[in-house]
Amino acid sequence: MSSQSYRVIGRNVPRPDAWEKVRGRPIYAGDSIMAGMLIGRIVRSPYASARIVSIDTSAARALPGVAAVLTHADVPRNEMRMELPGRMAEATAGAVLATQPVLAGDRVRFQGEPVVAIAAETHEAAARAAELVEVEYEELPGVYDPIAALDPGAPHVHDGGNVLRRWHLRRGDVAEGFRRAEIVVEQVYRTPFVDHVYLETETGIGWIDAEGVLTLRVSTQVLEHFRDVAEVLRLPHSRVRLEGAYLGGGFGGKEDVTVECLLGLLVHRTRRPVQLVFSREESFIGHGKRHPYVMRYRTGAMRSGEIVALDAELVSDSGAYAALSPWVLFYSLVTATGPYRVPHVKVDAVTVYTNNPIASAYRTFGSIQTCLAYEGQMDALAKALGLDPLEVRARNFLRKGDAIATGQVLETEPMLEETMRRAWAALGPPRRATGHVRIGRGLGASFTPYGRMCWTHDSASAWVGLELDGTAVVRCAAPDVGGGQTASLCSITAEVLGLPAEQVVAVGRDSHFTPRAGTTTATRQLLMSGNAVLRAAREVRRHLVDQAAARLEAAAADIELAEGRAFVRGAPGRAVGFAELVKAMPAAGRPTQALEKFDAPSAPTIDPLTGQGKPFNDYTFGTQAVEVEVDDETGETRATRLVACYDVGQVINRQSAEGQIEGGAVQGLGHALLEAVALEEGISRNPHLLEYRIPTTLDAPAVETILIESGAGLGPFGAKGIGEPAMTPTPAAVMNAVAHAVGRPITELPLTAERVLAAMENGA
Amino acid sequence: MKLALDFTLNGRPCRIEAEAHWTVLDLLRDGLALFGTKDGCGEGVCGACTVLLDGEPIRACLVLAARAHARDLLTIEGLGGDEMDALQEAFGRLGAAQCGFCTPGMILSARALLAENAAPSAHEVREALAGNLCRCTGYVKIVEAVLDAAGARRPCASAPSS
Repeated sequence: MSSQSYRVIGRNVPRPDAWEKVRGRPIYAGDSIMAGMLIGRIVRSPYASARIVSIDTSAARALPGVAAVLTHADVPRNEMRMELPGRMAEATAGAVLATQPVLAGDRVRFQGEPVVAIAAETHEAAARAAELVEVEYEELPGVYDPIAALDPGAPHVHDGGNVLRRWHLRRGDVAEGFRRAEIVVEQVYRTPFVDHVYLETETGIGWIDAEGVLTLRVSTQVLEHFRDVAEVLRLPHSRVRLEGAYLGGGFGGKEDVTVECLLGLLVHRTRRPVQLVFSREESFIGHGKRHPYVMRYRTGAMRSGEIVALDAELVSDSGAYAALSPWVLFYSLVTATGPYRVPHVKVDAVTVYTNNPIASAYRTFGSIQTCLAYEGQMDALAKALGLDPLEVRARNFLRKGDAIATGQVLETEPMLEETMRRAWAALGPPRRATGHVRIGRGLGASFTPYGRMCWTHDSASAWVGLELDGTAVVRCAAPDVGGGQTASLCSITAEVLGLPAEQVVAVGRDSHFTPRAGTTTATRQLLMSGNAVLRAAREVRRHLVDQAAARLEAAAADIELAEGRAFVRGAPGRAVGFAELVKAMPAAGRPTQALEKFDAPSAPTIDPLTGQGKPFNDYTFGTQAVEVEVDDETGETRATRLVACYDVGQVINRQSAEGQIEGGAVQGLGHALLEAVALEEGISRNPHLLEYRIPTTLDAPAVETILIESGAGLGPFGAKGIGEPAMTPTPAAVMNAVAHAVGRPITELPLTAERVLAAMENGA
Repeated sequence: MKLALDFTLNGRPCRIEAEAHWTVLDLLRDGLALFGTKDGCGEGVCGACTVLLDGEPIRACLVLAARAHARDLLTIEGLGGDEMDALQEAFGRLGAAQCGFCTPGMILSARALLAENAAPSAHEVREALAGNLCRCTGYVKIVEAVLDAAGARRPCASAPSS
């Protein structure tokens, strides 16, 4: 169904929150001061691997204005489990699952690991107290490379060894596949640690409310972390509440616990309001990064370009603790073959502990690294065979009825070839190289899951109600990370109820007072909360229509709703406003509100030895095409044009969908050209924005977005998710464009001037 | 040590006792509970704390509050009033604010540009905003919004070759 048949859905609808944001209203977790509020501060490990010999807090505690100086001994249950609901434990059986303590006790395993938590009357007193804390460390041998960490002689980061989790994918007979292959291309791809660099660092304020409930207002993607705080403090879950604020960006970095447990501990112990804001440097060293990967890919194909076999080994660096590494790696396993038919597959994947920063969730969740490898292989294959990169891809693209490497059969048409050809065509006529500037063009085709793994039994709830003035309210505890999550829920409600978009508001994102909606992660909120809201709005609509039918003396089937009025189809004069209907509904025994739940379709856990099964309910497919300029004297590279084409199923809000893709692509461009955490034996050398550069207005190219609306998604009105897929193929497309410009493969990110220059010189 | 500061804040006289070590950002957020000016890095790089001092964009996190004495300070709260400023309206309508954390600083940098150059090109907008980082939008709709507010309504172009 096209957007034309909807009144709100698919159109450009300014978001209600945008008007608060452009006015600078205090909507973020850091935007409040409470009477009697203390300032929190964390003392962190300067070492990547050390034994804590002693912690002396006496001088800090004696300082005037200091309310609390807490160590591991003050944490009732010093372990952040961060276990997601669903059958996760079953799927991580056998893993060395090392969870991070709230405050380190006898051992620190990465630079920036929290050791002491302070609360003081002023910023100055907190800072002075932090200086007065004396921690004696004894440095221990560490391991800083995931391959080295697999060596039997490597220092162990945790008891039980450095292997956190292995996953395996087996399909067909890979030996037979390579026997058949007429050509084999093999390359190793490498990616670094990358930071989210949301503009708002990790932030929260906490207090004890009038009923004695420990309440935290935090910048988080996961309101369900109230449970983690309760567990750490050994409080009943009902005694901790998380109030969601608008986030100043998340991108997966506010999916794990950040300030929550430290803040909860300080409030719990002082019984006073506490504010805890990480500095930019703390954010850089303290929160989980994108995993570095080493990916060895060996692809066998026929001379026609038909792929017959893939043998891949993926090694990811989990850093010092497990966090979400097993699941990130699982996404990599599932996406390892790319959006292509590959009959014979063998993928072995392992994630390994090191004394590097923690790695965890980051937009695309393991799909961006494999895309770099599978798309690099497609270009390598095309070059080796002398074929057009578009034709090689077109020959192998998945189609409806094909199985991905896990055996899951695609039930709808992925439209990959259309996304590729439209993106490529929109780049326009090729520019000519001039002087010392070389021009290159590259493609990245991709597939990315939306929604959580099938075996997690994901669920979301939402409430929709009508007010007496005929407007509607949505209550749904879905954090808004800036992607327009809240506005989309309002648009869905407005569409179903026949209200103007501005007459629907969403109030509250709160673990205790709004229906639980689950995490704003995994590109799941439109699918999950969107469907829950859709159901609730439809239920309210049913009662509203019944009331209108009675009032207008017509059949319910003949009632239409639009612009806040109900009318009889074909007789617009027979109409009544919602306010009048709503006022009469209680007397008629009709509810004006509904609480509904959406359960994602579920499937059994995949086979742990072969990876066979149904891992995700659906995927978003799309292609990006990029043009770059490379200066062949300096190696400096700039993207000049980027086109992204996706099947989004159904646009909900056009400017939000475009905004996700434009922003995702430029974030991916940063990964491609600029960004890496510079580590020396686990110590960050660039924990500041001056040295860790992200794209500015002058680095970002024009981005053109082409949205296809197949209606084939599992979300409301046939929508698919786009938040993470927006970013997946950008680094691959840029890498392929640079390789095209310099005439040599280049397989390690970021594509710095030095690296590009070296590739050119090696080829000369 | 405290300093008595007298200055014009968003068009109105303001008098406050400020800590001597306060930056303009501390003055606004801690001293005046004006939270529209954001702290993104505290190091003068991200631009989220951009405000206008005598019409010039400054990084509020780098400038001592004492510098505001006897001068004119404009923050996001001082734009528009009940009505919205053209930049605020364009940012909201065109989807230029996603998470919104960079938005106040972006709008103030853009306002300084438009005060000097009423009809900037897309590239001039990009140059003027190069010190304001955004991680959500890819800058596409931000540049569009500034051009729209300027009435220029030109297609968004990329940065030209250096």
